[in-house]
Amino acid sequence: MTAVPVPHRVVARRPETADTVTLHLEPVGAALPDFAPGQFAMVHSFGRGEIPVSVSSVQATGGLAHTIRSVGAVSDGLCAMRVGDVVGLRGPYGNTWELERAYGCDVLVVAGGIGLAPLRPLILSALAEPAAYRRVSVLVGARTPGDVIGRQEIDGWPTAFTGVTVDQPGADWRRDVGVVTQLLGRAPFEPDGTWAFVCGPEPMIRATARELAERGVPRDRIRVSLERNMRCATGHCGHCQLGPLLLCQVGPVANWAQAEPLLSVREL
Amino acid sequence: MTATAAPAVLDRDGLNALVAALVAQGRTVIGPTVRDGAVGLAELASADELPYGWGVELDAGRYRLVRREDGAAFAHSAGPQSWKSYLHPSRERLWSADRTSEAEIAYTAHEPEAPSYAFLGVRPCDLRAIAIQDRVLTGGRYADDGYGKRRRTALLIAAECTEPGATCFCVSTGGGPSADPGYDLALTEIVDEEGHRFLVRVGSDEGAELLERTPHRTADPVTQQTARAAVDAARDRMGRALPPVDLRSLMGASLDAERWDDVAARCLTCGNCTMVCPTCFCTTTEEITDLTGDHTERWQRWDSCFDLDFSYLHGGPVRSSARSRYRQWLTHKLSTWHDQFGTTGCVGCGRCVTWCPAGIDITEEVAALDAERAALGTETD
Ligand SMILES: Cc1cc2nc3c(=O)[nH]c(=O)nc-3n(C[C@H](O)[C@H](O)[C@H](O)COP(=O)(O)OP(=O)(O)OC[C@H]3O[C@@H](n4cnc5c(N)ncnc54)[C@H](O)[C@@H]3O)c2cc1C
Ligand code: SF4
Ligand code: SF4
Ligand code: FES
Repeated sequence: MTAVPVPHRVVARRPETADTVTLHLEPVGAALPDFAPGQFAMVHSFGRGEIPVSVSSVQATGGLAHTIRSVGAVSDGLCAMRVGDVVGLRGPYGNTWELERAYGCDVLVVAGGIGLAPLRPLILSALAEPAAYRRVSVLVGARTPGDVIGRQEIDGWPTAFTGVTVDQPGADWRRDVGVVTQLLGRAPFEPDGTWAFVCGPEPMIRATARELAERGVPRDRIRVSLERNMRCATGHCGHCQLGPLLLCQVGPVANWAQAEPLLSVREL
Repeated sequence: MTATAAPAVLDRDGLNALVAALVAQGRTVIGPTVRDGAVGLAELASADELPYGWGVELDAGRYRLVRREDGAAFAHSAGPQSWKSYLHPSRERLWSADRTSEAEIAYTAHEPEAPSYAFLGVRPCDLRAIAIQDRVLTGGRYADDGYGKRRRTALLIAAECTEPGATCFCVSTGGGPSADPGYDLALTEIVDEEGHRFLVRVGSDEGAELLERTPHRTADPVTQQTARAAVDAARDRMGRALPPVDLRSLMGASLDAERWDDVAARCLTCGNCTMVCPTCFCTTTEEITDLTGDHTERWQRWDSCFDLDFSYLHGGPVRSSARSRYRQWLTHKLSTWHDQFGTTGCVGCGRCVTWCPAGIDITEEVAALDAERAALGTETD
């Protein structure tokens, strides 16, 4: 059957930054299959269109959350939703972070801006099982202090190290200033016993993954979440191609060994 | 049972009877016919509408109908349209949504439109192209239901090639002028002193049943040999060829080639090549809302990787240069298609060569990339 969106109601709405909102959704009727961290839904805003959005929270009830930055027609429509409104969801689509493969290893999470949203459920899963992973570190970069999503929550996470850095600090900013890669030296991890999970703007992903590889983290243990235009999420529209990869099917998460040569070609 | 039925021979009346039988079954018969100065595809009421007595003269950026003395119906090569116009139509409604109250939305799936098609005169390259689109649209984790439904019910009557066009190069893509399995019936047209007739080979039970219901005679050895010889001769008369190298490694090694700048200077990025290509499958979606604002529909339509919006991300397109878009097209066809779908994306039908307004020739571009790689190789030796 052609996948038709399944109605979900906005049960809570939390503004994150000036342009980003988290919507908590519950199925109106039947629920979709469970989403895993790293996966995404096609989210329909009535009369505007459908866009891919990662899950930023997954609940056992079939409820889930999306954290959406308003950048155009569809995301504007979604960010303007109020509690009680209905959106349509198709999914779950795409692969997962595969956190379980990091069992017994150090877990290093590096996020840029809205890139923290798809990493959030991974961080919560890792922290929920302290015996399964060695040290969990979370490094967050954003443009300004106001662009850091989930600021209160971040500092409550029982990590081995949490760092937050911004490009343009305000007068009352007491934390780090500069690119997120400069926090790497302060996070505790054994490079060859580490799994890294990276999401953010493509230049940030490239810089972070390269530096991690230089520091000795094996390339195939550096997982990056990539973004391309997606119209269908079912492997039929051709829009999400990155060279040999149809990212909606074999992504959005890729390992750096595979992604690096592709992201090194201009305009691929 | 009967898929091994003996080859038969039909004359022109026989072919008429075959089409009449299909129409009587309630099938929508689609076949080649002369239209707007080209051999196009259209619904046929009778086999008399086939392009009897027409051939084509082709070259890069050039298509011309020419009269043929022999009156043959299938002596033209691939025309501007392909069967994807019917199996994977240029526009299709996916689903609709209605706002039933302030806070309720109801989504409705639409039963795909699926006439029971019979395709008459499917060239061997197009038969392969259909098999490729089958893999793309129904062979993965998710299936395109509309395509699948139309495809399952479609009857395919192939027409083998004895008159390859000047832009044809199927042989160098691993195909050929003879029909691979996948057809229900395969015709080979013969016009000689014995008369105008069609050798018919049976490829499925459905084909056998259809033949059963059509007046025919069992094929004599001479007709069979003549047909084979004509198709074999066509194999050696291809208008063009891709260089006989491993195309996947050539494409992989050519991502930074200078040739892309050369072709980008000629390419108009019009997307004609992707529209006429029988394997190109890309689509986009659009939202169409009615005046009340309470009803909205999701439509799918063909799209092309030459379109700037194709790779659009917040901030701009990933592939903004013509160089990168032509490279996406060619690399996808010959290389990354294999990674994604386990097959080539080019069957050598030559349409993209014929219908390119700038006369860009895929075989020439690949040869140039090969030459550039070879030149680099000698430099570094
Ligand atoms: C796998 C995946 C997960 C994502 N997760 C999130 C998330 O958690 N939160 C979030 O805010 N954003 C996320 N995005 C990006 C989000 O999909 C785009 O911001 C959104 O598509 C923009 O659409 P628009 O109509 O609002 O903007 P416009 O700029 O008006 O877009 C026009 C059209 O282009 C396409 N498009 C534009 N930008 C993108 C883009 N970046 N990615 C894909 N298609 C695009 C869309 O199909 C859109 O309909 C994700 C993208 C992908 C591919
Ligand atoms: S790329 Fe050109 S020759 Fe190859 S199948 Fe498509 S239209 Fe035909
Ligand atoms: S060549 Fe372009 S239009 Fe054709 S299938 Fe590939 S990406 Fe789509
Ligand atoms: S989003 Fe359509 S093929 Fe991947």
